Amino acid sequence: MLDDRARRILPAAPGVGYKPQHYSDIINGADPLGWLEVHAENYMGAGGRPIAQLRHLSERFPISVHGVGLSIGAEGDLDPDHLSRLKHLVEWLNPASFSEHLAWSTHDSHFLNDLLPLPYTEATLARVCAHIDQVQTTLGRQMLLENPSSYLAFAESTMEETAFLAEVVKRTGCGLLLDVNNVFVSATNLKTSPQEYIDAFPLAAVGEIHLGGHDEDMDETGAPLLIDSHGAAVVDPVWALLDYTLARSGPKPLLVEWDTDVPEWPVLAAEIARAHQALDAVPA
Amino acid sequence: MSTATKTLIAASAVATAIAGLTTTAAAQANEKCYGVSLAGENDCAAGPGTTCAGTSTVDYQGNAWTLVPAGTCADIELPTMADGTERMGSLEEQDRDLPA
Amino acid sequence: MSVSQTAFTAGLLDATQAAPEGLVNPDGTPATKRYDVYRNNVAVSLSDALEAAFPVVRKLVGEDFFRAMSGVYLRMHPPASPLMMFYGEAMPQFLTRFDPVKHLSYLPDIAKLELAMRQSYHAADADPIDANAIGAVAPTDLMGLRMTFAPSTTMIKSDHPVYGIYLSNTDTSAPKPVTQPECVLVTRPQFDPQIHAISAADATCIESLIAGQPLGVAMTNAGAELDLGALLGLLLQQSTITQLN
Repeated sequence: MLDDRARRILPAAPGVGYKPQHYSDIINGADPLGWLEVHAENYMGAGGRPIAQLRHLSERFPISVHGVGLSIGAEGDLDPDHLSRLKHLVEWLNPASFSEHLAWSTHDSHFLNDLLPLPYTEATLARVCAHIDQVQTTLGRQMLLENPSSYLAFAESTMEETAFLAEVVKRTGCGLLLDVNNVFVSATNLKTSPQEYIDAFPLAAVGEIHLGGHDEDMDETGAPLLIDSHGAAVVDPVWALLDYTLARSGPKPLLVEWDTDVPEWPVLAAEIARAHQALDAVPA
Repeated sequence: MSTATKTLIAASAVATAIAGLTTTAAAQANEKCYGVSLAGENDCAAGPGTTCAGTSTVDYQGNAWTLVPAGTCADIELPTMADGTERMGSLEEQDRDLPA
Repeated sequence: MSVSQTAFTAGLLDATQAAPEGLVNPDGTPATKRYDVYRNNVAVSLSDALEAAFPVVRKLVGEDFFRAMSGVYLRMHPPASPLMMFYGEAMPQFLTRFDPVKHLSYLPDIAKLELAMRQSYHAADADPIDANAIGAVAPTDLMGLRMTFAPSTTMIKSDHPVYGIYLSNTDTSAPKPVTQPECVLVTRPQFDPQIHAISAADATCIESLIAGQPLGVAMTNAGAELDLGALLGLLLQQSTITQLN
């Protein structure tokens, strides 16, 4: 049983994206696990096992609530029903953290179930900041915003993603969730340098780091095209990019994400052990 | 049936129902949490691959749709509609049946 | 040139449309296959959600057919809410209209049953009454007795053997379905939805009770075939009754 204070802080330790098939492994497990992350939308039902599991887990672990459906980058208004469902969840669970994506997924009241990309312009910046203000005001807490995986660029973009995120932090006071796999995927896909991205990233605002696996494909010219599938082990260049990041940011809460073709617990435990090593190598 | 008769039936049914209950030890709250989850969750992963499902044109009308159900429905012998698997009506009617 | 979200969305679900202008590859040329990544993500993720939601419908029509049919469904009925656990609400109506399965007249009701089980799984928790509470009701009050049911309790009345078809596709030891109308009661005593085949009279009785009718009226509606003792036993055993009024 965690005390209230410990429940409200994500420790600078490895956590894992919670999957119900791992419930008993996690509850009974001997693996050192600092915290859990859940996707907000999966706990917006009225009751039953999902909610009961989350209640139990929250007595043992700090919980990070990670939204995947708020559509913060949408041209339209945020869905008030969805926002109030989120408020309800955050109120009863009182999680250590709430995060969402720099992306959109709802248009004309249709939910497209994917994190869709945004052009980095003044208009997008104003809209994203207004939506983050609304979320933070509604929830009465700071949120973290996650950098996306990019597969293409917008000709109309006028600023770098890192500058865009830094400006969002400055205007809204939100924190950032840095997904180093997304950095690697985007840099490969857009032929930029992942290290330069980290150098330009406002690391002081980072409240959490994500790690995950990706798939490899090619575009029509034969150029590599990485897909953020969360369905494989974290690759060595991403672990190296994590080391590069932690050396500059200091220790942070690290999350291992595995969403598709979810493996047996020991496979995740091995990833968590490797995340421990990465943190241990960082001077506190 | 008179109200008195119904009342008698109901009273005896209540007695039968309670007598027939087998008491099962209530599981501990934590134990109840174990068990299957009905899948169908949100996640933030991208689908694998870049082609196929997203780029295949989906034309279910006319002659474009060639698939027939090929699961366990073949094992179930139930009366089918009079014309069985025959496609019914014209394209216009199908348009009406399947508003886009 | 700016790409509106309307333009971005239009091509996502319609592969005959070209990728919007203004999306570019790293070398500045127009993005085509890279836009297809998003098309694929939307179609695959929604098809996966439908596959998870309707495992028995999928088994009945086969995986290849189900995936192809999902492609049609998701373009006609994209989700109206971000809650993927409830996606597929229009599937029963869709199946009644979708020509290639029109001859499988039981399929819509199988989809209805799968939806009902999913809704039951996520329904609000509710404490059942103690069985003795109903025993304590004075016999003279029984005809006027009203009951409140747990939100996880639902019922499907079908002209087809939905229970038999569902069971024979989820339990290898179950007998083959027999051609007959069947009614199914969905309950959730703890966290796992259960299904029970009940008679038409039982179904009418429960339907009346759920609608708030008193027991006397429910009995009359159900008629002589009703086995009230067995039905009340099932309702109590399954923790479906949450209040007596």
